[in-house]
Amino acid sequence: MKKYIASRVGYMLFTFLIIATFTFFLMQTLPGSPFNDERLSSTQKEVLNERYGLNEPLSVQYFKYLGNITKGDFGVSFQFDGRSVSSIIGERIGVSAILGAQSLIAGMIIGLFLGIIAALRHNTFIDYGAMVVAVLGLSIPNFVLAGLLQYWVGVRLGWLPVAFWEGFEYSILPTIALAAFVVATMARFMRTEMLDVLGNEYITTARAKGIKEYTVILKHGLRNAMIPIITILGPLTVSLMTGTLVVEKIFSVPGLGEQFVKSILTNDYPVIMGVTLFYSLLFIIVILIVDLLYGVVDPRIRLSGGGRREGK
Amino acid sequence: MKVNEFELTDDLFEESGKEFEEKKIMNRPSSTFLKDSWIRLRKNKGAFTGLILIVLIMFLAAFGPYMNSHGFDEQDLTRTNLPPKVPVLENLPLLGLSGVDIRGTDQYAAKEVTEYYWFGTDDLGRDLWTRIWQGTRISLYIAFLAATLDLVIGVAYGSISAYYGGRIDNVMQRIIEVLMGIPNLIVVILLILILKPGILSITLAMVITGWVSMARIVRGQVLKLKGQEFVLASRTLGAKDKNLIWGHLIPNSLGPIIITTMFTIPSAIFTEAFLSFIGLGLQPPIASLGMIVNDGFKMLKIYPHMLMFSSVIISLIMISFNLLGDGLRDSFDPKMKK
Repeated sequence: MKKYIASRVGYMLFTFLIIATFTFFLMQTLPGSPFNDERLSSTQKEVLNERYGLNEPLSVQYFKYLGNITKGDFGVSFQFDGRSVSSIIGERIGVSAILGAQSLIAGMIIGLFLGIIAALRHNTFIDYGAMVVAVLGLSIPNFVLAGLLQYWVGVRLGWLPVAFWEGFEYSILPTIALAAFVVATMARFMRTEMLDVLGNEYITTARAKGIKEYTVILKHGLRNAMIPIITILGPLTVSLMTGTLVVEKIFSVPGLGEQFVKSILTNDYPVIMGVTLFYSLLFIIVILIVDLLYGVVDPRIRLSGGGRREGK
Repeated sequence: MKVNEFELTDDLFEESGKEFEEKKIMNRPSSTFLKDSWIRLRKNKGAFTGLILIVLIMFLAAFGPYMNSHGFDEQDLTRTNLPPKVPVLENLPLLGLSGVDIRGTDQYAAKEVTEYYWFGTDDLGRDLWTRIWQGTRISLYIAFLAATLDLVIGVAYGSISAYYGGRIDNVMQRIIEVLMGIPNLIVVILLILILKPGILSITLAMVITGWVSMARIVRGQVLKLKGQEFVLASRTLGAKDKNLIWGHLIPNSLGPIIITTMFTIPSAIFTEAFLSFIGLGLQPPIASLGMIVNDGFKMLKIYPHMLMFSSVIISLIMISFNLLGDGLRDSFDPKMKK
């Protein structure tokens, strides 16, 4: 097991190194320099380059860059005078985290509920209804859903605010737009797992012993069905990450995603690269946790290396 | 020759002849894997609806732009922001296809336009019907191109990795492990920053990490199949590696390959639309469905028709492909059906 963890952590670091290298050389190929101001004399440019280490050989700059990243320093924004990228991330991540967590929790609870109901009422209208909701949630792009919600609930009905972030009611529409995918994934997953588990002999045994039906379902069914839930954490994180980019933009939520989109539009490369690295790190850590938990929860899968995430 | 004192002469036997052969065929009508799957697929209402919708949308994407006389980049500032108006259907209230905008004024009368714009016009007076189907065409083109490239690279990589096994497999799998760890979207965004948005660069950016899942699935299938007897039999008869892979292993993995492709297409359409949305999409005048949706947001409050039609169509495409993909999965492998 220790060897397994070590190799996974090794992979993680290697992947991150590749991404960091990629972003570094990307920054080099992009046109322009932060000091391309015609009012600056060549000596002034020299001094500035000296100060920011831009006249050093590429290899030295590269290792300095990697060193800075390990210290959490992603450079300085072009757009906001002299503000460090990490402070921008720090300031904006809170809102995105709240939005993401809210969608994840709400979505998982609703999805769980839908999935269980669908499995218990297998092949009835309730089941079909839940699966229609799931297909819609998986298929309708989040920006379309966000647009529809903004127009119908926000503008036409006027029930909820359509933009900004000034309280809980402002977070409801963005949360629904983000949670739809979570609900759909969760409902489908739960339904399949529950059907699998409920067909097992130990469920029949539990029923035969005269245990109350809800205890059978919650204690014997749900608990076992929940085990492989870890497998959907990866796709959910990705969807929430990409989701925050568009949903925050549509609802003008001052989160990290909105900043990222804004930076792309204004060519603020240090921020783009910094946020990219930050997202990658987040993603890699989630994948690592998923992999490790997978081995812990279900020892049959462990150590088989290439076999993970296959089959289903 | 004597058996139990009886003489076995030729006239005791009769030739089986063609009749018998025909009878044999009559008894058991041959059915291929694909035929079986097709029969199962047709019974699946959701998947069949999806298939019909896809055919319909593809037909409209191909011929829709020619159904009226407007060009997709034809601007006319005298007819901007017209709401949709369709002959015959305009007489049915509630449908909102009568050329009356959300404040209740008939824009067609106000702007003295006599033509019909089935989906209305945008802020530059371009006909939305033409633009939307043109955009659908481009979105579908990107999606199919990406799916085909994924298919080719993934199948080749996966089958080679699994078939040769050993060290080759080991190295190829390590590469995949690293690629799996890199978030797809990040690579796409970074690549488009260098390559500059265009149909080809967007497709390439999606393919660079997209083929990995196909390769994994093909590898799993080939690994499962290559130990089976028919492969051994074929090998004993002297089949070459190439013939084994292309003649036996890949045809037998066709089910999972088709299913994976079916799910690649909607996700490529989504990624393309998403890129347009964050400002990394195609450049005007060519428009994809995602860009039209994005444009629709600018006027959402006053002219919602721009967003409604494009978003309904993009959603329909996604839903149809997902339904068809689910249906195919069930029909290729009925054991999986729940």
